[in-house]
Amino acid sequence: MKQLPSEEAKRAYWRKNLIWLTVLLSIWFIVSYGCGILFVDQLDRFYLPGTRLKLGFWFAQQGSVCAFVLIIAAYAGIMNRLDRQLLKGTSGEGRENS
Amino acid sequence: MDIRIWTYILVGLSFGLYIGIAIWTRARSTGDFYVAGTGVPKIANGMATGADWMSAASFISMAGMISFMGRDGSVYLMGLTGGFVLLALLLAPYLRRFGKFTVPDFIGDRYASRTARLVAIACAILVSFTYIAGQMRGVGVVFSRFLEIPVEGGVVIGMVIVLFYSVLGGMKGITYTQVAQYCVLIFAYMVPAIFISLMLTGNPIPQFGLAADLKDGSAGLVENLDRLSQELGFAPYTSGTKPMTDVFAIALVLMVGTAGLPHVIVRFYTVKKVSDARGSAFWALLFIAILYTTAPAVSVFARTNLLQAVSNTAYVELPSWFKQWEKSGLIAWVDKDGDGTVRYDASGPAIEKHPGTTKVAPVFAPPSSKETRGASGERLLLNPPSASTNELYVDPDIIVLANPEIASLPAWVVGLVAAGGLAAALSTAAGLLLVISTSVAHDLVKRTLRPSLTEKGELALARLSAGVAVIIAGYFGVNPPGFVVQVVAFAFGLAASSFFPAIVLGIFSKRVNWQGAVSGMVAGMLFTLTYIWYFCFGFFGVQGDPSQYLFGISPEGIGSIGMLINFAVTLVVSRFTGKPSAEIEMLVERVRLPRAAFGDGDAGPTVH
Repeated sequence: MKQLPSEEAKRAYWRKNLIWLTVLLSIWFIVSYGCGILFVDQLDRFYLPGTRLKLGFWFAQQGSVCAFVLIIAAYAGIMNRLDRQLLKGTSGEGRENS
Repeated sequence: MDIRIWTYILVGLSFGLYIGIAIWTRARSTGDFYVAGTGVPKIANGMATGADWMSAASFISMAGMISFMGRDGSVYLMGLTGGFVLLALLLAPYLRRFGKFTVPDFIGDRYASRTARLVAIACAILVSFTYIAGQMRGVGVVFSRFLEIPVEGGVVIGMVIVLFYSVLGGMKGITYTQVAQYCVLIFAYMVPAIFISLMLTGNPIPQFGLAADLKDGSAGLVENLDRLSQELGFAPYTSGTKPMTDVFAIALVLMVGTAGLPHVIVRFYTVKKVSDARGSAFWALLFIAILYTTAPAVSVFARTNLLQAVSNTAYVELPSWFKQWEKSGLIAWVDKDGDGTVRYDASGPAIEKHPGTTKVAPVFAPPSSKETRGASGERLLLNPPSASTNELYVDPDIIVLANPEIASLPAWVVGLVAAGGLAAALSTAAGLLLVISTSVAHDLVKRTLRPSLTEKGELALARLSAGVAVIIAGYFGVNPPGFVVQVVAFAFGLAASSFFPAIVLGIFSKRVNWQGAVSGMVAGMLFTLTYIWYFCFGFFGVQGDPSQYLFGISPEGIGSIGMLINFAVTLVVSRFTGKPSAEIEMLVERVRLPRAAFGDGDAGPTVH
């Protein structure tokens, strides 16, 4: 007999979701506002490894955009796993992502 | 074959393709019309979102603006893509799970309030109209520059095309057309970029070209540009000139504004499942990032070319692209010192406004006048020359438009860029048009004024309002208000200070109620509008000057403060007024968790 996830499991799911959001949005803030705006001059003393391009400038113009793509990819992967964990053994298994 | 014929062929073929797709995928129900029957695969939706989201300005103007702003231009790159992260993490999956058609639907149901719904409808329509007028203008500009059709004629052609496929196809038609448009625009953007990258750095991947060394290995590409700029008295390309707080605020407003743009949000309603909404957000940003990581490289390539090939060169020896684009007024030269050599420096604009025009743009001597050409053969200007020593006027748009000629590419590539610019403008215009027609037919009439409307009637009304909207947008495209830049600041500022906090708090807080949301939206929006108005137009003849900026933030960035005000007001007002009903708490619970967690046959998050 399959059953619905417990209230506790639901709360845990939402808590984990919030934790991951905090982590990923912190990275989002650091790469864009941190590296690209607030500390750009400090980073400009270094170079992008293997090139003659200032690191802060690279973060502001390309690095942050690349990081954003990775952040969304990570989020999609993590949430799909959390969905599966929550619905394991319930009648929702197999259509967990709807 | 010459450039003009190639442009006609390529633009004609791309239009034929869009119309063909629209006929093939035409909408048969309101579900098809509003959300493409929620059956769009995630990669296709990612591409469509990319095309929807990348406007005429992204394609034509962005690289040019960065080229002239240097590091300060990064706010556009970071701001616009960073907003996508907010959209993907904080809004898209939840709104998809909620599963209605529009943003006003969510706000109206979550806050169980007609007022909140009406405020949201007003914001959606206002934001969309300010945006769509710019797109229609973009269509007109591309037509006039490449095909020498007057801007007005170009706008009308654009109106007819968009009207045809959005009215017929609805969201379903638009989605598959946008997939095609993405392919056209990215191809058109990349081909010249690849060749210019090869020319300057020997690296075929323009994204890597930015960090590459010059072909002779003597210096880094950007390092070399810093040196060239300084030699001519410009600030180094990699240095910033705007105050940090302002840059911070503008980036924030662009991010939050992007996340709140209704035509992008609605794209996530078109996929089957929540996991597909997350997946297509990833694909969308990946597809967008291809263009957005190329743009800064194109800016550097073009700036280097401009400084090397044009500055301190005799007019008669200038490359042919200069004279080609001088014809359309994107570049102009006044020989102030009469030495026949182009002097380009940082002493300020080369020319003043022509009397009777609203912005600094070259006005050439008409063909009827006695002299149309100067001593070196340059086109003579009617604008009074400015007091500076700088002799060169350059419109930022030239950076992308003239790229193929700068790289000496064959004529068909120029035609391709024209088709790409049109694809970018039309795809965004169509998406916005749909938001307007949905807001009117579904949100305003069906859900608020006349719930008894039949599905057939609603569909007809949606098509009718799309038609009316396109005519209004076309009117503003032909007669643009003289303050286009401020209008765009309005659109982003409004989206940031109204929608975003209401949606985010609606999902992440169960305590926030309609009183809070409505007063927050109104407070945020009023503050932002007043601030922009005061500094751009003034009240009763009193206009603010930059020394009065709050924390040094320009009107462009003020939406970020408006957003904070919205958040604060919403939370405080909600605290002092009643809790939302148990039904609404349940609605929020269901938006947060996978639908299957509530058992088979669950109807999903709805208020009964």
